Parts: sequence; C-alpha cells; structure tokens
Amino acid sequence: MGEVKKHDTPLLDELKSGPWPSFVDDIYNYAEKHKKQAGFDILGQMELSYKNKETHWKHGGIVGVFGYGGGVIGRYSDQQEKFPAIWAFHTVRVNQPAAKWYHTSALRKLCDLWDHRGSGIMNFHGSTGDIILLGTVTEQLEYIFYDLTHQLKMDLGGSGSNLRTPECCVGMSRCEWSCIDTQDIIYELTMQFQDELHRPAFPYKFKIKVSGCPNDCVAAIARADFSIIGTWRDDIKIDQEAVRAYVGGELKPNAGAHSDRDWGPFDIKKEVIDLCPTKCMFWDEGQKKLYINNRECNRCMHCINVMPEALRPGDDRGATILMGAKAPILEGAQLSTVIVPFMKLEPPYDNLKNLIYKVWDYWMENGKNRERLGETIQRIGLNRFIVDVLGLKPIPQHVREPRSNPYIFWKEEEVEGGWTRDVAEFRRRHPA
Amino acid sequence: MSERPERPDPIYFEPYDPTLAEKLYNPQKPMENRITDIGPPHYWQFLPPVIQRNYGKWKSHEILQPGVLKYKSETGDVVYVVRCGTPRLETTDYIREICEIADKYCDGYVRWTTRNNVEFHVTDEEKLRALIEDLKSRKMPGGAYKFPIGGTGASVTNIVHTQGWIHCHTAAIDASGVVKAIMDELFDYFGSHKLPAQVRIALACCINMCGAVHCSDIAVVGIHRKPPLIEDDRLEKVCEIPLVIASCPLGAIKPATVEVEGQKRKTVRVNVDRCMFCGNCYTMCPAMPISDGQGDGLAVVVGGKVSNRITPPRFSKVVIPYIPNEPPRWPTAVKWIKKILEVYSQHANKYERIGDWIERIGWERFFELTEIPFTWHLIDDYRLAYDTYRTSMHFKFTNHVETMVDFE
Ligand code: HEM
Ligand code: HEM
Ligand code: HEM
Ligand code: SF4
Ligand code: SF4
Ligand code: SF4
Ligand code: SF4
Repeated sequence: MGEVKKHDTPLLDELKSGPWPSFVDDIYNYAEKHKKQAGFDILGQMELSYKNKETHWKHGGIVGVFGYGGGVIGRYSDQQEKFPAIWAFHTVRVNQPAAKWYHTSALRKLCDLWDHRGSGIMNFHGSTGDIILLGTVTEQLEYIFYDLTHQLKMDLGGSGSNLRTPECCVGMSRCEWSCIDTQDIIYELTMQFQDELHRPAFPYKFKIKVSGCPNDCVAAIARADFSIIGTWRDDIKIDQEAVRAYVGGELKPNAGAHSDRDWGPFDIKKEVIDLCPTKCMFWDEGQKKLYINNRECNRCMHCINVMPEALRPGDDRGATILMGAKAPILEGAQLSTVIVPFMKLEPPYDNLKNLIYKVWDYWMENGKNRERLGETIQRIGLNRFIVDVLGLKPIPQHVREPRSNPYIFWKEEEVEGGWTRDVAEFRRRHPA
Repeated sequence: MSERPERPDPIYFEPYDPTLAEKLYNPQKPMENRITDIGPPHYWQFLPPVIQRNYGKWKSHEILQPGVLKYKSETGDVVYVVRCGTPRLETTDYIREICEIADKYCDGYVRWTTRNNVEFHVTDEEKLRALIEDLKSRKMPGGAYKFPIGGTGASVTNIVHTQGWIHCHTAAIDASGVVKAIMDELFDYFGSHKLPAQVRIALACCINMCGAVHCSDIAVVGIHRKPPLIEDDRLEKVCEIPLVIASCPLGAIKPATVEVEGQKRKTVRVNVDRCMFCGNCYTMCPAMPISDGQGDGLAVVVGGKVSNRITPPRFSKVVIPYIPNEPPRWPTAVKWIKKILEVYSQHANKYERIGDWIERIGWERFFELTEIPFTWHLIDDYRLAYDTYRTSMHFKFTNHVETMVDFE
C-alpha cells in the first residue's frame, strides 16, 4: 500500500456538513483509515464531475464470471491517468436475503471480503434489491465469486436481459397485514429460477416483486414485470371494542402516524367512512358499531391503516397477479395490469411457477429485442394476451372500463359464414 | 415450504480467509471447485428468534415516536423497531458500525428497508431507550448524524435513488449528492409526523429511471437536452449500425456514409428536430455520447404513488421541466422541492397524498399555489398526449387566466 494521494475536493467537502449522513465523510474516513487509494480517487473523480457537470465513466465494458451472463457491471474511468486506482471500477450485484434481514456475522465477513478485494464501497442496497459492491478490477472477479460461494454461501444477482433479482416486502416477519408469505415465495422463486437469473436468454430484463398487501411497500405494481400483491376475498375482521377505543380517543389513529400535528380529535365519519373509496362503510352512532359491506369493498387498506388495532384483512387470503410495469423508456411508463384477480399461494407455489413459465415461453418466442413484457402485451393487445396466450377467461376486472371505440378485430371464426364471400352473388343482390 | 435453518450458518462465524479463493480457482481449469446457482442465503437463519417465533402472527403495530415502532403479536410477544436513514452509498466501515450496534443491542440481527433505511429490533423498553440514545449520539466528523431516526408515518422517508456520477456512464445528474442536499433541507420532516400523509421522494439520474421514480410523491429525474454527438471516425468500429437505428424510439437516426480523411466511413445522422434526448442511442453505441455539462440537468415530477390506499396507484407528472445542475448542493432544485412540500403540507387534508390533494384542487390551482411557472414544455406531445388535454368546461379561474378581449 504505502503512500496514498489525496485530491483536493472543495465542492464535495461541502457535502460533509448538514444533518443527513454524509457519504463524503464516510468515504474519506474509510480511505484514510485503510490507506485506500481507490477511496481518494473515486472522490477525486466525483469532484471533477461536480466541476464540469458530466459523468467520467466510460461506456460499459462486458465483464463477468465464467458461466454467468450477468451479475457484474463493467465500468472504466475516462480519467485513468489522474485516478489510476479506479481505472476499472466494476460493480458486483450480490443477491440479498429475502426482506433484507442479516446477521452481523455474515455482514462482517462480507465487509472483510470487500476490503480485501474491492474498494470497500458498497450500496445497501441497489434499487432492484441486491447488495451492490462498488468498485473492483477484472482480475478480482473470479476470486470474489469464489469467496462469495465458498465462504459466504452467497450468489450473484441479475443484470442484463435476464431475470433480475426478485425482491419482497418485510411480509410476515413483521407486518400484520401480509396476506402471503412474501419471503418464502421470493426465496422459492429465486431458487427455482437460478438459470434464468444468471444466464440471459430473455428479450430484455424481467422483474418479479412481491408485496404482502395492497399498500405495496416494494412498489411491485410500479416496478415489476410480474407483480404479486397479497389480498383477501372474505370479510375484513372487526374488533368493535377497539373501534370504540379509536372513536373514544384511547387509541391513536393510523398507529400514531400523524402525531406531530394537531388534526383535532379523531372523527371516524370524516377520516374513515367518508374517505372509503367505495362508500361501503357505516358507523352507527347510536349503537356505536361499525358496519362494512364487504362485497363492495375494494380492499384499498385505508380503514385498516387508520385503525390497525380494530381492523384486519380477512382469512381467505391469496394474491392478485399483475403484469407489465416498467419505467418510461421507451413507450411511456406503465403500471402492472391485473391478470389473475385471486390466486392461492401455498408452498411449493407450483401454480405460480407454471404461470411464470407460461409467460416466459410466450415472451421469449414473441418479444422483440429490448421489449419489456408490458410492451409486448400492449403490442398484441391485452385481450389476446389474456385469452389466446394464457388461456384465461376475460372478465371486467381486467379493465378499468370497456373500450369506447367499436373498432374490434373480429376473428373470422366468430362471424357466421366466415369471410369468404362471392362477389358475383353480392352483385346479383345489389347491381352496381 | 423451504427448509428453515434456525441459526445463521456456522460458516459465517469462521473468519474470512483472504487466501482461499486463490487456492480454489484455477484459471486453466475454470470449472474446478466452482460452485454456481446456489442462490441467496435462506432468509430464515437471519431472523431474530422473536421474529421466528411470531412469524405470521403479528397482530398490530403502533408508532411510539417518529422512527420507533412497536409490534404486538398474538402470542403476547412484543418487538420494538428503530428505523434510521442511511446514505445507501457507504463503506464497509459504516456497515461495521451498524454491526457493532446490532451486536450490542440486537443479538446481531439487523435489516434494511426498501427505501435504504436500516432497522434495529429489540424486545425490551430499557434496551430501546439505550439504543435510541446511542444512535442519536453517533456523528460524523463533519457533524452529520450517522443514524438519524425517522422515516415512519406522515414523514418524508429516505430517498430511493440510483447511482449518478459515482458509478453510471449515462447519468445526467449526480445521485448521492443531490439526495444529501435534499435530505439536509428536509431533515425535520424525516424525524417528525407533521405532514398530511407520507411523502415518498425518489431520484433517478437519467430517464432509464432505475427504481419507481415514475410513481413517487416527488421525484427528480436527470435529463439531457442536447442531441448525441456522432464520432464518425469511430462509429462503425464500435457500434452495430442497424441496432443503433432500431434503438431510437422516435426513428430519428438514419444510416449515412461520410468521408473521413479521404476514407469512406459508415456512420449515422440524427434528425435533431425529432430527438427527445433519451440517450437510448448512447446505450447501444459508445460513439454517440450525449452528456453535456451545459445541456444536462433535472426535471421535477410530482403526484405519483404506489399504494392502493383510497385512490389507485398513479404516475407522477412533470411540473418543472428543467433545472440546471448546480453542484454541490443543487440549491434551485432543493428550493422548489421544499416549496412543493410545504405548500402541500399547508393545504392538504389529513391522509391526502400529494397526488390526491392535486386531484382535488386541480393542477391549475397547484401551479398557482406553488408559484411554479407553467410553460409549453408541460403540455404533453409524446404518445397518448391527448389523455392529458382538458376536454371539459371544468376548470378554475386561477391567476393564469387572462380574459381575452381582443384577438388580432
Ligand atoms: C363505427 C363507429 C361509429 C358509428 C357507427 C358512428 C355513427 C354515427 C352516426 C350515425 C352519427 C350521426 C350522423 C348524422 O348526423 O347523420 C355520428 C355522428 C358523429 N360521430 Fe360517429 N360513429 C362512429 C364512430 C365515431 C367515432 C370513433 C367518433 C370520434 C372519435 C365519432 C364522432 C362523431 C361525431 C363528432 C359526430 C357528429 C358529427 C356531426 O354532427 O357533425 N363517431 N356517428
Ligand atoms: C404494519 C404496518 C406497516 C409495515 C410493517 C410497513 C412496512 C414498510 C416498510 C418496511 C417499508 C419500507 C420503508 C422504508 O424503507 O422506509 C414500507 C414502505 C411503504 N409502505 Fe409500508 N408499512 C406499513 C404500513 C404502511 C401503510 C399504513 C401504508 C400506507 C397506506 C404503507 C405503504 C407503504 C408504501 C407505499 C411504501 C413505499 C413504497 C415505495 O414508494 O417504494 N405501508 N412499508
Ligand atoms: C436503456 C435502458 C437501460 C439501460 C441502458 C440501463 C442501464 C443500467 C446500468 C448501466 C445500470 C447500472 C448502474 C450502475 O450500477 O452503474 C442500471 C441499473 C439499474 N437499472 Fe437500468 N438501464 C436501463 C433501463 C432500466 C429500466 C427501464 C429500469 C426500471 C424499470 C431499470 C432499472 C434499473 C435498476 C433498478 C438498477 C439498479 C440501480 C441501482 O443499483 O441503484 N433500468 N441500469
Ligand atoms: S406491503 Fe403490506 S404486508 Fe408488505 S410490509 Fe407493506 S403493509 Fe406490510
Ligand atoms: S379497505 Fe378501503 S374500500 Fe374496503 S372498507 Fe376499508 S376503506 Fe373501504
Ligand atoms: S438512472 Fe440512468 S444514469 Fe442512473 S444509474 Fe440508472 S441507468 Fe444509470
Ligand atoms: S437521444 Fe433518443 S431520441 Fe435522440 S437520437 Fe438518441 S435514441 Fe433517438
């Protein structure tokens, strides 16, 4: 190691002050303590970007480990003379444990690995969910992979046109609303789909995310090609005693989420009944009793969020499967669309796995290069995707509203007599 | 159900051996000793015993104070959680400090949230108080908190963000620095419950938008504003021209042949009037760099959400089309974000997310209240633009409306 060279970073240094934790302070501390040139060089290059307002990373570079087509993102500096310690600064994506629980024994060992073989800089976590190890050179990649698999029993996550690392909300490990075992589902799917995760064979990336209830804490509906969101189909469970406690002011509405402002005393009519989007609730002031017309409830979670001690999702639990979300590039942003309104999810989740395989088979065959599933669905039409591709029954739940144009692509077999007509016959009836 | 290992694998308690991989990996025989496709560690081994015992049995929760939650189980067990913001971009030493805290108070168990917060779990109140005091006392040399407590309830929780200039080659803005600048300014809102509802902020450093930026209450998106450069002398060597042409969502790229130093070179030309500066071409072709210090900057989008609560999930809308890059603290962007947040806080009803509030008052009122200038850039002319036109008589007379008397 020996001498390290620190660069002047007057602009970045301004990010040391202020109350929010400072990555600049952290990286400097680390670089000084461990005498790591990469720490100084990365901040040096950042400073240059701050000065001329442009990134200084070169375009891509394909690197990886033997037998895998993803999990490592190649990165090279365009200032290699100035910042030799980061001339190559590849990222390694490490598949996180479901819901991101850890024991420090594993974390410390991972840190030791990364001090030894990388820059010591990481992301907890990347926005897909992986642990991101930021900054190493090509020669270290195989050793990192061997260390991960042999000493940490960890594996790489996805990158490129493959299954991206699946991710879930905290689920049953801590949330009373989780209608499905989000962690077990994600673990099972990730193990089942190792090949799809590591060896790109898809038209483009494919993301699977699982949230335990319609609050959707992992943003499955906005970010996943295949969104699995827990729900229930029977009645919301009511503890009338607890409802009265909310009304009487003994319990804090929304678990105390609004505690720093005086919103006045809790008003069940104004704060719950009137805000219910389906207007399916009734508070009987005389009886002091809450009624829910559950048939009309659309399970938005509002009342449950406001009165968590009193209301709970029902017992007939499962998931809604939605498909096709993606960020705006290229055809515009899409949210996932309801495909299967209710699915029971019990281990080993064969029904779910089969559905995913079915979708992949079609998309791999018919998806264009760099076409996300949502775009494929749009191109062929949601109706065709549901009926012809998946063989499901079309139902009103699939749409917000029916179409407003009658420009329907009738199929020939639907029309009596078919499309072959005799023009001579026509003209006999209608002389030109 | 997958088998549940009760305790962390013994392998984690063996020290890291920095020489092992060199002994195992043989470049001549790359398959030797190779382990593949083992997947992530099983989650169950990392759950604290109290979580294992109460898995799926949680009954209710309560936020004791901002950042501090209490969960009650049907079994009668209780667990307290302290949630802290982190920078996401961090060093192994920062993680080790988290480990030190988790070892001291939480028997070594710790977890991260989707939004880059770290959560510590304890089972008794005594420990909870000590943990909170300890977390509050830890500061960085520059004075920043290492582990600010908050991010629950009607707060601004941590910002979901991407890489920026620390790691990405297409980034139009930095990520970590902008996030730090915004969170410094909104710090009070992270550790309190004074907003009408939770506010989720996100940042993406280019329009690829890694992450759910398009469905956030407030988000920052890096944008380019100059068409790509074209390196005629290099392009055919480093790019597949048909792929480059196909990559442009607007069909703005055409093949071309030019002479460079007397030699014919295959290259491309961009119809700049059709370019929307998305950078897709650069993704396919390194000889078409698009970043530019003067042209690049950020857009601010608002009103999106992910939760199904009361109203369905919805997309964010562009309200400020461009703010230049102003490192190191992006004061103009920060100023507007704070302004939007505070106007919302002042006017919205309890439980109303930013998008729900705007829906109620109308976008014209939103622009009037926030004093954000409305310009032609905000009227959609991309695909499905028509959905955003006003095709009814339902509008309000805000200060934007000037009565038309004469029209020459
Ligand atoms: C196959 C589909 C359609 C049928 C059968 C249909 C039928 C008709 C009929 C019978 C009229 C009255 C014509 C008259 O006054 O004699 C009419 C008027 C009109 N239709 Fe349609 N229409 C169709 C599609 C559409 C669509 C897709 C649009 C617009 C997007 C549209 C817009 C109008 C308008 C604006 C008028 C009023 C025209 C006028 O009064 O000058 N129609 N349509
Ligand atoms: C038992 C109660 C709850 C638990 C255990 C829970 C858990 C979580 C966790 C751990 C996160 C990530 C938070 C972070 O990183 O800061 C999160 C995010 C989120 N939560 Fe909850 N949450 C609960 C209640 C709620 C409520 C009441 C709502 C709103 C109606 C909600 C909607 C969301 C949304 C929309 C996100 C963020 C999604 C995104 O924008 O990325 N959750 N939740
Ligand atoms: C042209 C399309 C795209 C390209 C070329 C692209 C490229 C990249 C690259 C190079 C990275 C790595 C950044 C780094 O670690 O240095 C990345 C990360 C990522 N991308 Fe994309 N991306 C594209 C589209 C998308 C889209 C549409 C989404 C989401 C819907 C997305 C989600 C992500 C996520 C979640 C990450 C992880 C970011 C993080 O760790 O913070 N990407 N992308
Ligand atoms: S998505 Fe629902 S079940 Fe999952 S953590 Fe959020 S509130 Fe709980
Ligand atoms: S979950 Fe939503 S729709 Fe159902 S009763 Fe409660 S507030 Fe109404
Ligand atoms: S948002 Fe764009 S610039 Fe930022 S990390 Fe993702 S691909 Fe790179
Ligand atoms: S930046 Fe986008 S729109 Fe412009 S030429 Fe490149 S691909 Fe086409």
